[in-house]
Amino acid sequence: MHNSQAVVAEQFDDRVQQHEAASLGMWIFLATEIMFFGGLFTGYTVYRNLYTTAFETGSHLLNARIGALNTAILIASSLTMALAVHSAQTGKRAKLIFFIISTMCLGAAFLLIKFFFEWTHDYAEGFVPGLHFTYAGPHASHVALFMCFYFIMTGVHALHMVAGEGVLTVLLIMAWRGRFNQERYNAIEMMGLYWHFVDIVWIFLFPLLYLLGARF
Amino acid sequence: MSSQEIAIEPKLNYLNCDYSIKSWLLTTDHKRIAWLYMMAITFFFTVGGIAATLMRLNLLEPQGLLVEPETYNKLFSIHGIIMVFFFLVPSIPAVMGNFLLPMMLGARDVAFPKLNLLSWYIFMTGGSLVLYTVIAGGVDTGWTFYTPLSTLYLNTHVMAAAGGVFIAGFSSILTGLNFVVTIHKMRAPGLTWFRLPLFVWAMYAASIIFIIGTPVIAISLFLIVVERIFHVGIFDPSLGGDPILFQHLFWFYSHPAVYVMILPSMGVISELITAFSRKRIFGYHFVAFSSVAIAAIGFLVWGHHMFISGQSVYAGLVFSALSMAVAIPSAVKVFNWTATLYKGSISYEAPMLYALGFIGLFTIGGLTGLYLATTGLDQHVHDTYFVIAHFHYIMVGGAVMGYLGGIHYWWPKMTGRLYPDGWARVAAIIVFVGFNLTFFPQFILGYLGMPRRYAVYPPEFHTLNVISTAGASILGLGYVIPLIYLAWSLRYGPIAGPNPWKATGLEWTTSSPPPTHNFEETPIVTEEPYRYDRLAEEIHVA
Amino acid sequence: MPHAFPLFPQEASTIAPAVDHLFYFLTAVSIFFASLIFLLIFYFAVKYRRRSKDEPAPKNQVINNIPLEVTWTVIPMILVAIMYLWGAEIFVRNAQPPPNALEIFVIGKQWMWHIEHNNGKREINALHIPAGVPVKLTMTSQDVIHDFSVPAFRMKMDVVPDRYTTEWFEATQPGKYRLFCDQYCGMGHALMRGWVYVMTPQDYQRWLTSGVTGQTMAEQGAALYNQLGCVTCHGTGKGPPFAGLYGRTVKLSDGTTVVANDAYIRESILDPSAQIVNGYPAIMPTFKGQVSEEQILQLTAYIKSLASTKSNTGAP
Repeated sequence: MHNSQAVVAEQFDDRVQQHEAASLGMWIFLATEIMFFGGLFTGYTVYRNLYTTAFETGSHLLNARIGALNTAILIASSLTMALAVHSAQTGKRAKLIFFIISTMCLGAAFLLIKFFFEWTHDYAEGFVPGLHFTYAGPHASHVALFMCFYFIMTGVHALHMVAGEGVLTVLLIMAWRGRFNQERYNAIEMMGLYWHFVDIVWIFLFPLLYLLGARF
Repeated sequence: MSSQEIAIEPKLNYLNCDYSIKSWLLTTDHKRIAWLYMMAITFFFTVGGIAATLMRLNLLEPQGLLVEPETYNKLFSIHGIIMVFFFLVPSIPAVMGNFLLPMMLGARDVAFPKLNLLSWYIFMTGGSLVLYTVIAGGVDTGWTFYTPLSTLYLNTHVMAAAGGVFIAGFSSILTGLNFVVTIHKMRAPGLTWFRLPLFVWAMYAASIIFIIGTPVIAISLFLIVVERIFHVGIFDPSLGGDPILFQHLFWFYSHPAVYVMILPSMGVISELITAFSRKRIFGYHFVAFSSVAIAAIGFLVWGHHMFISGQSVYAGLVFSALSMAVAIPSAVKVFNWTATLYKGSISYEAPMLYALGFIGLFTIGGLTGLYLATTGLDQHVHDTYFVIAHFHYIMVGGAVMGYLGGIHYWWPKMTGRLYPDGWARVAAIIVFVGFNLTFFPQFILGYLGMPRRYAVYPPEFHTLNVISTAGASILGLGYVIPLIYLAWSLRYGPIAGPNPWKATGLEWTTSSPPPTHNFEETPIVTEEPYRYDRLAEEIHVA
Repeated sequence: MPHAFPLFPQEASTIAPAVDHLFYFLTAVSIFFASLIFLLIFYFAVKYRRRSKDEPAPKNQVINNIPLEVTWTVIPMILVAIMYLWGAEIFVRNAQPPPNALEIFVIGKQWMWHIEHNNGKREINALHIPAGVPVKLTMTSQDVIHDFSVPAFRMKMDVVPDRYTTEWFEATQPGKYRLFCDQYCGMGHALMRGWVYVMTPQDYQRWLTSGVTGQTMAEQGAALYNQLGCVTCHGTGKGPPFAGLYGRTVKLSDGTTVVANDAYIRESILDPSAQIVNGYPAIMPTFKGQVSEEQILQLTAYIKSLASTKSNTGAP
């Protein structure tokens, strides 16, 4: 009989096995994500090597201050996520809900700043290859290539954040309904791993995209 | 449990516990999911097979018998895409891996059963998109999607095809993830790593490749779609892009992918050779480690597809050396299987015929890989029919024969019925003969210089093409016959009983078909696999 | 009705016998091992066949033999090492055209081959070459990736857009040999074929100079040098001079050096600011979109012809 309220799913023998399986599963999933982003980083590395000057030019076109703000927001969201995990582990429902909401808000702030501030600005300035690219300086096509990678890499990253927000919503509802306690917090912990990973990807993206050309 | 008892069909098993459509489409039982995959890949194999039939018919005449080059180009593209991504890659892992892995481990199911079902739906979504591509007019990029052809110069349904493969890739990734966690965390008491059947080692190695490799082809195809939609220049040389970068990204997955296609088959062969010679495997550790070695080294050889792409000579020399290295563990396996037959007690049921055929044909396929890994020689045979012959020997002579052998071997377990072995042996022999007649002439065609992907060809290649097509008709017949008698056996086949082959392995200790939870009680394992020398004694079950 | 068919291609180049000998070696090894496995399987399957349905499984099964495992690991390793080295030697030789090779230029496009000889003679889907003379093809594509393949020479090389690739061979006997495009390039891929005509050196000279009314590649390049305005800088000292440039090592503004070969000249025309010659300002405009691949090759031929400031014949 399938009992969705059961602490241990029926394919597992005990809680420990279930927890270890979930952890290993999430780490493997993160490994696949590393490979996925790895392909993008490989392409980026090849072109940055070929067109160093153009990539620096492109990087200078971006707003590093906004990027730094977003980086701070994301790191803060990792903090709140870690606190959410801790709250779940110690069975503190109110704190868990608070920290999930905080994480979601910080994540949403990141996305809002990116989409409604940065990207709209980039579009207005004519930095978007394929849609509106009017940069006419030297090596415009190589600068366009930089911008391609900028939008694709931050876009794929943003997609992962949106997915994360979706899962956080589900977890929020479950937390609201009291489904987590000291015995049962796997899902929060796994989500913590995922969120930290998405944060770490951004920590690589930020310098590689915004800080080229040693301008600070 | 004595296998001399009269075989009776168990009362409640995973098949008859619920007949509703909903119980099938929403199942989380790994055994039912295996059937869902089997139905799907049989369908896709048929579609890919029809494409191949039309191709070989067209090649009966140097000027093309049936279709215009435009259409022929679509046929070989669809044949490749469907056979690689929607038949070979899932075949043994998604069907036999799903069905058997938990049972071989003594588990009730895989680690994430719902994820398992999701994998199938993802697979079907990707497959539907590719079918849409076929119906909507086809794609003609080749299964390799090389740029800038695929991004800038074709107006067929490139994005739909790439999208379909992209989506199906996630099915592989999740299946691989599921298997690795299951193998690590859900082995029965006493089942240490070196007591695992070699089929499990093969699944493990293949799953590592799924996990590490598939995301890279996902991003490669994603970039092609982005370039097509937004007209940006990631691979467009006139905008600073490098078309050869695509080749690197593509082959970084697609070479390990070929090991995904052969390693599970090798795992099946280890099970069949031992069962039908009643012997322990010779060199268990060597075979197990060879599987892992092939998976690991397989990630380092992708450049051997690119020796004459404009890649540097030095890179070519490095990739060639590593390609030689990856051949060694495969050779070690072939020798160990052959040695397993020594002083065995060998019978010739259909699964064994497929297994023996595999060893022979895989040996030829593997040896001809060396021709391609040898740089100076590859410069002559690259992109010719020699390559086609090589990989069909491995994929069809190897992987498909392993798949068919496995299907026949585990059919009684999956269905509770025996199939008529006489017909099965005839079909196996027809497949073997038809296969060689189809593909051996292609080695000659390749060395003569006939390029691949040619809809029309010069007349001096005519005779060999006719022989190849004749062989293909025989091969096709060999594939149709099992469909008939296997379907027949579902209704009219004799009841199989729990262990009709008197084989070792936890899957044979439970009823045929198994109950939904596989085992009445969790088994405890106390010895290595394939202990046929001790089979007279009961296998200890707690 | 198909009649007699070949089983082995002609050997028509200096490298073909070497490739074929390597092929024989691999085939011998393959036949040996394939036969060994087939025979062993057959022998064991017959000798150890189960004689009765209830025959018990063999006792005292041998499942390990480390010396055997080592042997059948090491021997294949040695054999593949031989294959590797043998093939590598041929491959490296194929990558090093002799310095005196006759240069011919190939532009691939969907779906035909444009070939141009130094003296300006052009051909389509055909390549005339002299026997006994090393020939080096410098190739590029105008669109997708193609491949220039001559099976009788055992030689092929991909032809890639926006860069040059080269292949070289020395034909050994006059005759007509198939030329194929060997990288799938779209609808007309199977039709992108032709012939390599190998002629005696005298016949080749006669062919080369017959019907040629236009200028040599170098002469056409010289005309372009003036028409496109290159002379305004490169002829006045504002830009680096071309005399004796080809093949020389050039010092760049970032301190690195580069050899002035075909690829360097092509990049300098299409993307001049990528590499600036030391001591010169970065003011050269790009000619992207204004010159065809063929014109770039002609300009290169012109620059090549400027052997030194003294001689400027422009003859090939």
